[in-house]
Amino acid sequence: MTDKDQKVTMTRRRFIRNSSLVAGGAAIGGGLIGALIGTNLDNDGKVKTSHETGHNQQENSEASTRALIYFTDREDFQVLSAATERIFPEDENGPGAIGLGVPYYIDHQLAGNYGNSTREYMQGPFFPGTETQGYQSPLKRNQVFNEGIRMLKETSQKNYNKKFDELDGEQQDEILSQFEQGKVPLRGTDSNVFFSLLRSAVLEGAYSDPVYGGNANMEGWKMKNFPGHQASYLSQIEAKEFKKIKPQSLHVFHK
Amino acid sequence: MAKKLPKVDVVTIGVGWTGGIIAAELAKQGLKVVGLERGASRSTKDFLMVHDEYRYAIRYELMQDTSKETITFRNAPNERALPMRQLGSFLIGEGLGGAGVHWNGQNFRFLPYDFQIRTMTEKKYGKNKIGADYLIQDWGITYDQLEPYFDRFEKTIGVSGEPSPLGGQRSNAYPTPPMKETVITKRFKEASKKLGLHPYHMPSANLSKAYKNPDGEQINACQYCGFCERFGCEYGAKTSPNVTVIPTAEKTGNYELRTHSNVTRILYDGKKATGVRYVDVLTGEEFEQPADMIALTSYVMNNAKLLLTSKIGKPYDPNSGTGVIGKNYCYQILPGSVGFFEKEQFNTFMGAGALGATVDDFNGDNFDHSDVDFIHGGSVSITQTGLRPIQNNPVPPDTPTWGKEFKAKSIHYYNRFLNIGAQGASMPFRRNYMDLDPTYKDAYGEPLLRLTYDFTEQDKNLFKFVGEKSSEIMKEMGADTVVTIKSAEKYNIVPYQTTHNTGGVIMGADPNTSAVNNYLQMWDAENVFVVGASAFPHNSGYNPTGTVGALAYRAAEGMMKYSKQGGSLV
Ligand SMILES: Cc1cc2nc3c(=O)[nH]c(=O)nc-3n(C[C@H](O)[C@H](O)[C@H](O)COP(=O)(O)OP(=O)(O)OC[C@H]3O[C@@H](n4cnc5c(N)ncnc54)[C@H](O)[C@@H]3O)c2cc1C
Ligand code: SF4
Repeated sequence: MTDKDQKVTMTRRRFIRNSSLVAGGAAIGGGLIGALIGTNLDNDGKVKTSHETGHNQQENSEASTRALIYFTDREDFQVLSAATERIFPEDENGPGAIGLGVPYYIDHQLAGNYGNSTREYMQGPFFPGTETQGYQSPLKRNQVFNEGIRMLKETSQKNYNKKFDELDGEQQDEILSQFEQGKVPLRGTDSNVFFSLLRSAVLEGAYSDPVYGGNANMEGWKMKNFPGHQASYLSQIEAKEFKKIKPQSLHVFHK
Repeated sequence: MAKKLPKVDVVTIGVGWTGGIIAAELAKQGLKVVGLERGASRSTKDFLMVHDEYRYAIRYELMQDTSKETITFRNAPNERALPMRQLGSFLIGEGLGGAGVHWNGQNFRFLPYDFQIRTMTEKKYGKNKIGADYLIQDWGITYDQLEPYFDRFEKTIGVSGEPSPLGGQRSNAYPTPPMKETVITKRFKEASKKLGLHPYHMPSANLSKAYKNPDGEQINACQYCGFCERFGCEYGAKTSPNVTVIPTAEKTGNYELRTHSNVTRILYDGKKATGVRYVDVLTGEEFEQPADMIALTSYVMNNAKLLLTSKIGKPYDPNSGTGVIGKNYCYQILPGSVGFFEKEQFNTFMGAGALGATVDDFNGDNFDHSDVDFIHGGSVSITQTGLRPIQNNPVPPDTPTWGKEFKAKSIHYYNRFLNIGAQGASMPFRRNYMDLDPTYKDAYGEPLLRLTYDFTEQDKNLFKFVGEKSSEIMKEMGADTVVTIKSAEKYNIVPYQTTHNTGGVIMGADPNTSAVNNYLQMWDAENVFVVGASAFPHNSGYNPTGTVGALAYRAAEGMMKYSKQGGSLV
């Protein structure tokens, strides 16, 4: 069984588990993207209606934010998606980066303040610096992503003669590890800088408020038993036992 | 040409805790005060959407915009300093209320030992206890002299707490009772008691109950909402300048607040300041604001920078050891331990910025240092500040940092780990200092401040000792795996450590070794008062603001005196 097969099986199993566990079928969030980018995961996704997936009105409007506003070439987005999933894979705890919408989250972030490094000091001169001096590249974050993804593609072609998103998981990990160790030359920055930005962005997308486009259906929070936005814990702070609380997102303010 | 405005009694450069306190005290007594703040206005009603970890805790919405101004950094004088291009090691405040908006509210008083550190260390351990390159010095004021001002600040902010069994004498109880006891604080206290230590509830400016301060300002009761450190409080329950001293100043009718006003110069005639020059950052227009007195209240970094660019006071030279501005920059040493618990889950997602318990047994000179190779120590605390999921992905050592195993473990341990952290004192060292960068400029064409800083032997020895103590407590608390945090070889500007920067414009009794006297009045410019942790000759084993607040009240008293009598106050 290849890694990819495993993922598919897993997703189906998870879907069944979820829909039986959660009243109203609070859903998987992976379907639509799976269909779109084709690497992954859940072929069921294509046929599910919003009713079946438990998507209500608001979640439909969330789904309509699933389009690209930064990436232009869909292949780049597919490579990014595959990389995010290796960093935060689907497992028995719940969805991975793709299922959580993390690639869209990253796309949207790259188009805005984060990607354009609007709050960073970007004046020259630029020198490499020591490790303790931090980021010193003239590239904005979205340019670092461009370079990183370009080299993920190139490295994949060079080493395996295949597209990055078509490699099996272990091969993808092998390449990502080379990036992590700074071994792949990038223009204007280092591959470990790209990798650590990517890793942080994946966690940010998995666990930030769903308003940003990741953490679909608060599944990231549910895995960690994090209740998201709650107005007050005054009546619970002294509790002796662990509290499982149904999460809420910022969205509750707009109902 | 800068447009010249009518003269006022007082200008504060920056409006955080220090600028707010000075404004409230002087405006109440009838002086006309202008507060110049480079950032925007903000208040409790801006925090309705504040439970957003990404926006506030990761992208630092409430903090300094480094595209406009930052610092440069190097570990040693022989390196080239480079810009801190994004916030990292510390999170400098910007906007009305400064860092007082997004602080935790852990409110301590420094120890009696701190204020007389050289005298007391030499008396007990001899002259050679600490090497000649460690520039420790007495503060020119004692704990007892400062006590009434500690008391005043605690009343203004309504601190909820109980006294440290090993702290300085207090004239009054805390204004409000301690915060609630939780499974976590209780466990820490029981374990430390078993080890013969003296735990107490952390003094907190997240209030245990609603409180009206002596100025008539209302502070509400904390809801333990878990979005506190790095966030503003949507309840007005975390005491900030914005819910206390700033409205107090405004009610007098003697206070004028100007936001989006970035001060670039203190105008100085060689003896006194005559006013300040500032830029309206929205229009680019330049103004000159003449004033009888200047309160420099722009935090440690810019307090030093503005004196250096305005050429007030003698810049510190690490080679000759002469000069004072930029001298004795200190930080803090953060030993601690992490405990992983297999069988228990904790409600760590609930909490408040200053909910915790502390022991002072390894702080100051509360233990004998005869056989250790460092002085001072640190407070050791457990806190329950609200662990949020982006920032907290705890995994035991040797776990990969991404992929399947990382995901599974970081989820498993998310509610199954606790952290004991110490705030270790930082001693001044000859080559740790601030000056102006020769190359890089801010958005207004002014040089960036250059920080030269690294950890010392003293730091590393202290780290090891206090770290081991914290692990003993963690073991006693029943953790299955205890990881003692190791000291970094070199100070690194990238990972967040603490916003407890100190020094650069230090206080003392001698103009040759200090920049300000014990009213924080400059020796070289009698109408300039430089207020903040910049005045600390070293950093103690606690959060700074309790002591900053006390010194601000002291400085306000000094400014009032000066407005009547003029001249040097000591
Ligand atoms: C995340 C965090 C948590 C913290 N938690 C604690 C805690 O629990 N306990 C504790 O004791 N301390 C804590 N601190 C530290 C505490 O916030 C500071 O000690 C305190 O707020 C400092 O007050 P200040 O008035 O000296 O400076 P600030 O609050 O920084 O105010 C200075 C103001 O000056 C303005 N300014 C700067 N330069 C200029 C200029 N050129 N022109 C005009 N305006 C200017 C700034 O914009 C700012 O608003 C924390 C800090 C942070 C960041
Ligand atoms: S924990 Fe308390 S003080 Fe802090 S933000 Fe929440 S309600 Fe305010």
